[in-house]
Amino acid sequence: MKTLPKDPLNIIMAGVGGQGNVMASRVLANMLSLKGYKVTIGETFGMSQRGGSVMSHLRVSETSAWSPQIPRGRADVLIALEPIEAVRVMRAYGNSGVKVLVNTRAIHPVGVIAGDSEYPPLESIEKGLKELTPYVWMLDATEEATKLGNPILSNIIMIGAVSGLNLLPVGMAEFKSVIRDFFPEKLLEINRRAFEVGKEKVTSA
Amino acid sequence: MSRLIENKEGFPAVLMGNEAIVRGALEAGVDVAAGYPGTPSSEIVENLSQVAGERNLYVEWSTNEKISLEVAAAASFAGLRAICPMKQNGVNVASDFLLHVAGTGVRGGLVLVSCDDPGALSSINEGESRHFARMVEIPLLEPGDFQEAKDMTKWAFDLSEELKTLVMLRSVTRMSHASGNVTYGDLPEKKSRASFRFDGPLTDIQTGPVINFPVDFRHKVQHDKLRKAREIFEASPFNTYEGPKNPEVLIITSSACILYTREALHLLGARDRVGVLKLGTTWPLPPKLIKKHLSTTDKILIVEEVIPFIEESVKILAAEEAKDIGIKTFYGKNDGTIPMTGELNPDMVISALSKILGISYQAMTPEFDKKVQSATAGLAPNRELTFCPGCPHRASLWSIHAALQMDNHQGFVCGDIGCYGMGFFPCGYNVIKIAHAMGSGLGLASGFGKLEAFGMDQPAVAVCGDSTFFHAILPALVNAIHHKSKATLVVLDNSGTAMTGFQPHPGLSIDAMGQEAPALDIARICEAMGAKVEAGDPFDQKRTRETLNRLMEEEGVKVFILRQSCALSPEKKGKKQYQMRVDPARCLGDECGCNRLCTRIFRCPGLVWDKEKKKARIDDVICAGCGFCAAICPAGAIVREEAVLQ
Repeated sequence: MKTLPKDPLNIIMAGVGGQGNVMASRVLANMLSLKGYKVTIGETFGMSQRGGSVMSHLRVSETSAWSPQIPRGRADVLIALEPIEAVRVMRAYGNSGVKVLVNTRAIHPVGVIAGDSEYPPLESIEKGLKELTPYVWMLDATEEATKLGNPILSNIIMIGAVSGLNLLPVGMAEFKSVIRDFFPEKLLEINRRAFEVGKEKVTSA
Repeated sequence: MSRLIENKEGFPAVLMGNEAIVRGALEAGVDVAAGYPGTPSSEIVENLSQVAGERNLYVEWSTNEKISLEVAAAASFAGLRAICPMKQNGVNVASDFLLHVAGTGVRGGLVLVSCDDPGALSSINEGESRHFARMVEIPLLEPGDFQEAKDMTKWAFDLSEELKTLVMLRSVTRMSHASGNVTYGDLPEKKSRASFRFDGPLTDIQTGPVINFPVDFRHKVQHDKLRKAREIFEASPFNTYEGPKNPEVLIITSSACILYTREALHLLGARDRVGVLKLGTTWPLPPKLIKKHLSTTDKILIVEEVIPFIEESVKILAAEEAKDIGIKTFYGKNDGTIPMTGELNPDMVISALSKILGISYQAMTPEFDKKVQSATAGLAPNRELTFCPGCPHRASLWSIHAALQMDNHQGFVCGDIGCYGMGFFPCGYNVIKIAHAMGSGLGLASGFGKLEAFGMDQPAVAVCGDSTFFHAILPALVNAIHHKSKATLVVLDNSGTAMTGFQPHPGLSIDAMGQEAPALDIARICEAMGAKVEAGDPFDQKRTRETLNRLMEEEGVKVFILRQSCALSPEKKGKKQYQMRVDPARCLGDECGCNRLCTRIFRCPGLVWDKEKKKARIDDVICAGCGFCAAICPAGAIVREEAVLQ
């Protein structure tokens, strides 16, 4: 078990209901648990299928369980499955050292669809995030997932990218082992490929 | 095979709090589980139903929480171990029987699990269940982490059998729906046999008839059990202290608040100044243990959700012991140090503690705080809740809204509990104007429907889901019919308990364990009761609206059943019935007098306003192909074609 840069290490995974946010945070937590770390996941779901923002808080520690809610301003790693959700999390949990990985594919809130509000341009979001922290990576995970045959794989691509960027001490070995509990046999290969794609995309860039 | 029945002692797993409760029950050799779905409790019965075969269990989704507690209690009286999980509102429903079974006591271990929802993350109230334990006089346990959720559940069965009383275990959303590491214990061999003895004396409910009689005698027996519970709790390993011998401040806390408290001490660097008494047994409190810790300091902070439950109990003990321990200063909900309402989090505990200790704390540096406000201004538009694309509720509420407008008597909808409760919001055209508990929609409509003599001529339309119909609508329906109330009930039948994850209910031909079950027909039940019944398809806009207008005019009780499965149901998800498109030649955009009715008012995520072309457009990735929106465009520009089935 590698010593953590900080204990507990605080990871936030944010997205919109239906993106597989809860599943991805559980996969990641199980990978870390397999490495011997104590993990705590806090999730907000229940109303999440109904178009709302979804957020998982993941705490990683060498010693104990931590609060399922990360304190304000204390995120270390932010994995956003949707761009404006990255912004929302930064406002509450950000700091100048947080590492931020963003899936660039927008999911418009119903207020934007109805014309009540505007969805900001991606360039403005990227610029805003980079003003706050030097560690920002943008990745069109949904596009890569669609190439693999199903946009839902974008959450796994993001986990692969986290591994590729060395944001957390986990890799393909843990992923392979953990997904057996999450997916049926016939879906294992496509998920392994999604993980690889995520890893490649951030290391080749 | 479910990972919850791995029979490896010491097996480390990452479990959700609810899964840990399930594992604890399985390690206790539970035989029967009965509950009613409700966030955040539903995963307990769900997971037990998945291992019913392997672990030789009987598991059911009961019609409502009161019946689930009766079903679980029957198992206990027949000598088995039973668990009864529900959300906090469920305890209100079960409370009548709860008081009685608390009085009689139990035989086999019987554990009531209440999953409360501080902050109402998935509820329309944050009512809490702990006061029921005090009110009906039964022991109350609150796990403080995931390992404890398992260990404490297992122990709750032993405690229940030792004291011969119902035991209540209380979780909260941040425990039930959070996850952490849990080390497994052994799964026992099970050879349970059920039989109900009643040949013993009336004074012994273990062998004789089970009734709260003589009342005075039974109530005394109940208090003997509580006295014994206090003694057991004095030495319970679930009550622990961490901190210095004589802390400046003593924090007394329970449940998820323990984790928030530890976080606060960590971030404030105050571990050597503050002691934490973590309580797992929160009713009745162990007086000697509390006295011992109150003696160590003069400042006490109580951290808990939602009502000041521990706070009040501790203050009573402190008053009784004041001559020995002196006068204490209490901080908590009553003096406003901790907010009286809402969910807590680490920051709130930090704020409370930093005031008491005089430590200054900043969650963000002032520079970052300022920068984040300016750098992200306007970059995070609000994401309001809405119905899913293809949701039949959107269609039903649209037609109800249209019918009420057409009727023009300031009619309104009495809402109920389910996704359709969002009819309160713009996504449901704000048709719901009043909503309370399960089944209350029709109860209220029954009452409104009798106010004509006082000059009220506004029609009240009640809505309910199919599971809610069986849960609590039936008595209200009887009442409305018998009293000749003028009321319309619209049953939004989407073939399952959709909001909590498609649990089966008595209207379906399958039960919790996947066995075939007789389905009760809502239409025939209502007809037999004497209501006028019609059925329809909510996606047929014209007929739905017309039928509603006609029924609203008629006297007596009318039931209109709108049948269409939930868009997320396994049989529908990912399948489109219609391929939708907007004909750009017919959509007049802003030139049309409709004022963007389809996107601005109808608000389906699959139907978007194309800013460049200034016309509506179907987002093919999001559209579920229900076809309903074809009927709403006054220019007939939204076209539906039968989709080619994949």
